[in-house]
Amino acid sequence: MTERITKSMAKNIYYGGGTFALLIFIALTFDTVHQIPKRSNQQNMTESVVAGKKLWEKNDCVGCHTIVGEGAYYAPELMNVFQRRGASDETTFKAYMQGWMAAQPLSTPNRRKMPQFHLTPAEVDNLSDFLIWTSKVNANDWPPTIEG
Amino acid sequence: MKYTSQAVAKPYFIFALILLAGEILFGLLMGIQYIWGDFLFPLIPFNVLRMVHTNLLIVLLLFGFMGATYYLVPEETESELWSPKLAMITFWIFVVAGVLTILGYLFVPYATLTELTFNNLLPTMGREFLEQPLPTKVGIVLVVLSYLLNVSMTVLKGRKTVITTVLLTGLLGLAVFFLFAFYVPDNLIMDKFFWWFTVHLWVEATWELILGAILAFVLIKVTGVDREHIDKWLYLIIAMTMVSGILGTGHHFFYMGAPEYWLWIGSISSAVEPLPFLLMILFAFTMARDRKIKHDNEMALTWAKGTAVMGFLGAGVWGFFHTLAPVNMYTHGTQLTAAHGHLSFYGAYVMIIFTMISYAMPILRGRPHGNCAKAQKVELVSFWMLNIGMLGLTLALSAAGIVQIMDQRVGTHLIGFMESQESINGIYMVRAAFGVLVFTGLLTYFYSFFVKEPAKA
Repeated sequence: MTERITKSMAKNIYYGGGTFALLIFIALTFDTVHQIPKRSNQQNMTESVVAGKKLWEKNDCVGCHTIVGEGAYYAPELMNVFQRRGASDETTFKAYMQGWMAAQPLSTPNRRKMPQFHLTPAEVDNLSDFLIWTSKVNANDWPPTIEG
Repeated sequence: MKYTSQAVAKPYFIFALILLAGEILFGLLMGIQYIWGDFLFPLIPFNVLRMVHTNLLIVLLLFGFMGATYYLVPEETESELWSPKLAMITFWIFVVAGVLTILGYLFVPYATLTELTFNNLLPTMGREFLEQPLPTKVGIVLVVLSYLLNVSMTVLKGRKTVITTVLLTGLLGLAVFFLFAFYVPDNLIMDKFFWWFTVHLWVEATWELILGAILAFVLIKVTGVDREHIDKWLYLIIAMTMVSGILGTGHHFFYMGAPEYWLWIGSISSAVEPLPFLLMILFAFTMARDRKIKHDNEMALTWAKGTAVMGFLGAGVWGFFHTLAPVNMYTHGTQLTAAHGHLSFYGAYVMIIFTMISYAMPILRGRPHGNCAKAQKVELVSFWMLNIGMLGLTLALSAAGIVQIMDQRVGTHLIGFMESQESINGIYMVRAAFGVLVFTGLLTYFYSFFVKEPAKA
């Protein structure tokens, strides 16, 4: 098959095809950037949500957990933890989070351990707000089940 | 060695191999912590082990690419390197920055590290694979710029070949797409969208150009096949890479908040992504069949063929398993992703470094005909240990992923993440055992460097 393709043909496919793909990619990038604020409800991104994201990064939570399916696979997915542990109720979830974060690390022998991060109650609330906001992102009906 | 400046490649290769040993060692520690959660806790929590594991991989590949470039560019351009001195200065800066970063991860709590390294000025930390403190990220940019300058200047003053052009394009892409590591919007979804510009467009586009160029170089050297012929194959491979890989980024945008059209675009484009790797197999084996010379360094060709096969399996086959949107709905964020990640990074990128080192190191050590037969035999044993180990580890992770999906995502009787993981514990033991095989394989590979050459008759 390759005998019929010459070097210059291959070269043209590379430059032509590559440029074409790149142009489509750039065009779609602009459209996606335009759509993400609506799909993620950016208007609900309060200061507390942003502070929560910063805490998420500062403590490298993604080094063990996944969020929106991305991260490490050592600990549970957190995009829908609001539904799973808070039954989609903000007060319930925030109370749960305060208790949970304070109880770490759990003493169960050989269970995977979450470190104690020494967050203040206000910081834990920021984290909860961030997770609540994330749970409402339109991710094309992912995760498929509540277990994430 | 035709040009004295090629010698700068040697420390790069050696350091890349040392980092690889560290990377695998930390992988083993993680594998054990997966089974016994109390292992090393709270001394080194999982996220720290993982950071060290993945960052060592990225840095070792950069060292390997740089070493490979410094070796091949003088031969391709038929001129000495523009500045061997700059290459050595860059080497030491990168070594110091790399070692300090790893020590920082290990000995400073991450939150404290963010404060110590001015993360509040420009927050970039705490994102997968891009955990590096700001000074390290800036350091990487400087190192890559100096490297690009050195290579570009050498290419400009010398002979221009398809290999150097492709290599330079790849390196330029590597530099440009890393800049997205500095862009961290407050909106998590926007953040993730652009995060992939670095992560995906490195490994599934620009790095493939670098891979193709190195593979083509080694094949020319060990098979003696006509350059025109090799060039055509190289163009064909990277053409397929660009056509599929760029829009293939879409397979990461299915379920993370990006619009629906990515479901189609990502699925279709990435279904083509195995093609360049399939071509690489045809390339390596056709060139080996049509070879004009029989190089005494047989291991170099073995690694080259191995790279093509394992790259195809890891990146092509394991990627394809979960790249169609309806399948990815269930596999997204499971151990299947980890399985694919392990075999593709190993098969495509770690192995091309082995290929280059296997070809260049003997020459750099004054053995133009390759290592002696006994050393090559030891190297061959390590080749199989590494490959079988990685394949076994990947199969174990795939099995873990499938169980995880059945437990958490399919049917009506679902169980939670932690419970499901406990049920997978046996599989994780198998994974760790294959990890030990990989590590032993690497030690065997190291040993092959110390096999004594027979005295010249």
